[in-house]
Amino acid sequence: MLTVEGLDVAYGDFQVLWGAELRVDEGEIVCVLGPNGAGKSTLMNTISGLVKPRAGRVTFLDQRVDGLPAHRSAGHGLAHVLERRRLFPFLTVLDNVLLGSHNPRARSHRAETLERVEALFPVVRVRRAQLAHTLSGGEQQMVAIARGLMARPRLLMVDEPFLGLAPQVARDIGLLLRRIREEEGISVVFIEQNVEVALRLADRGYVLESGRTILSGPSAELLRSSEVKRIFLGDVAL
Amino acid sequence: MTALPQLIVSTLLLGGVYALIAVGLTLIFGVLRVVNFAHGEFLMLGMYLAFWAFALLHFDPYLTLVVSLPISFAVGWASYRGVMRPIVHASHNVQVFTTVGLSIALQNLALVLFTADARFVRTDYYAVVVRIAGAAFNVAQIVAFAIAVALTAGLFTFMRWSYTGKVMRATAQDRDASALMGIDTDRVYAITWAVGIACVGAAGVLLAPIYPVYPTAGLQFVLIAYVAVVLGGLGDMAGALIAALAVAAVEVVGSYTIGTAWKEVLYLLLFIGILVVRPAGLFGQRGAEALGA
Repeated sequence: MLTVEGLDVAYGDFQVLWGAELRVDEGEIVCVLGPNGAGKSTLMNTISGLVKPRAGRVTFLDQRVDGLPAHRSAGHGLAHVLERRRLFPFLTVLDNVLLGSHNPRARSHRAETLERVEALFPVVRVRRAQLAHTLSGGEQQMVAIARGLMARPRLLMVDEPFLGLAPQVARDIGLLLRRIREEEGISVVFIEQNVEVALRLADRGYVLESGRTILSGPSAELLRSSEVKRIFLGDVAL
Repeated sequence: MTALPQLIVSTLLLGGVYALIAVGLTLIFGVLRVVNFAHGEFLMLGMYLAFWAFALLHFDPYLTLVVSLPISFAVGWASYRGVMRPIVHASHNVQVFTTVGLSIALQNLALVLFTADARFVRTDYYAVVVRIAGAAFNVAQIVAFAIAVALTAGLFTFMRWSYTGKVMRATAQDRDASALMGIDTDRVYAITWAVGIACVGAAGVLLAPIYPVYPTAGLQFVLIAYVAVVLGGLGDMAGALIAALAVAAVEVVGSYTIGTAWKEVLYLLLFIGILVVRPAGLFGQRGAEALGA
């Protein structure tokens, strides 16, 4: 449903992505792995339109979406939860979540979507009148994902969903991402630095290094790969 | 002490209009992160609108006010599209030069079209004074105050409770996240700019029956608005409202006790003093990110 081919992205003279590739099929959970500065977030930001690519193409549900402004991506069925949650800090949890269905396709189903999202994330109901910046990190991540789901996406992209969370909370969020796929039929792409955590959750993975997609494959395969060990643990560790 | 009621009343009457100017300025800053140095010129255009409507069509300024809101909103929208849109993501230097340039251009446009002559809107009730509890008030001032307060309250309500207001606050708090919700942030910027200009345009119409109208008439008022906006914490609408009243109080009490020639000195001293103690403004704990609170 999502295909990224030969993506080149640069900030001024500084090129971040060099022919990056990514594919997500219907109903899949895919992770994007890579060390700091590999270009994982840039890849996601380019898919959702926050960053314009220099070359390459992004196709989503048979439509070319590269170069479209970011506010159009939600309407196409693409939700993107940014790194560090990025809730609207001085709006209530309820307002945050309601703004998630701003796009015209989702707006008319707002009440119904809210009910389903609250069933998945009870924290949205419990904390609804609280200002978003007063929530804990884990709660903020849940509200951020809930806000993404309010757009009624076909594909949910989450940038570092487990960043800075306690292990138990991270596990809960991993389970919720699975339920989103199983119960709502929404495909999921997420970025993660911890190879073990990521590949246990995902069906398939992509490894980015210095802006290039250097490896991809089913999770089990990547977990055994000596190449993956080299990138993330260094040559010495073997 | 007999002067006290008069001082309080004068402070409120003056502060109400200052607040309306300042609230529009801080709204624009809060959402677009642009300081509008042409704010005073839009005030001046509002004053001229009231003058010409009065001189040519015999419109009462308070009737002009009703039509001025959509007119200044449209002028604001057009100036965003034509002037601000290309530079809204540019560096601060470019933004400062652009709005200062817009200010100079509008002043000179007014100079060419309307000459430098001071014009007056002399309504029948110009000199009517009401006395209550020992305090005297000019009717035009009372009406200006009442309408300015109503418009400011309306803007507060709009920002706090309406869906569009929430969309504007969301855009102020996180532009990228808003765009990903499907919010067309460029459109939100245009609306915000136009609402801010509509506020200051209305203030201009309200001031026209009280003060002379000339091409640089906006400067004296807008300087006060800048002080109020910075004191209130950049982007903080409630802070700007309170600070506008504080500046008006200093101006009124200072003029009464020391002399009117000193009023600018006094409120600028207050300004410097508060900035030394609280650089983020009176209510600025959250720095410049306060809009939407």
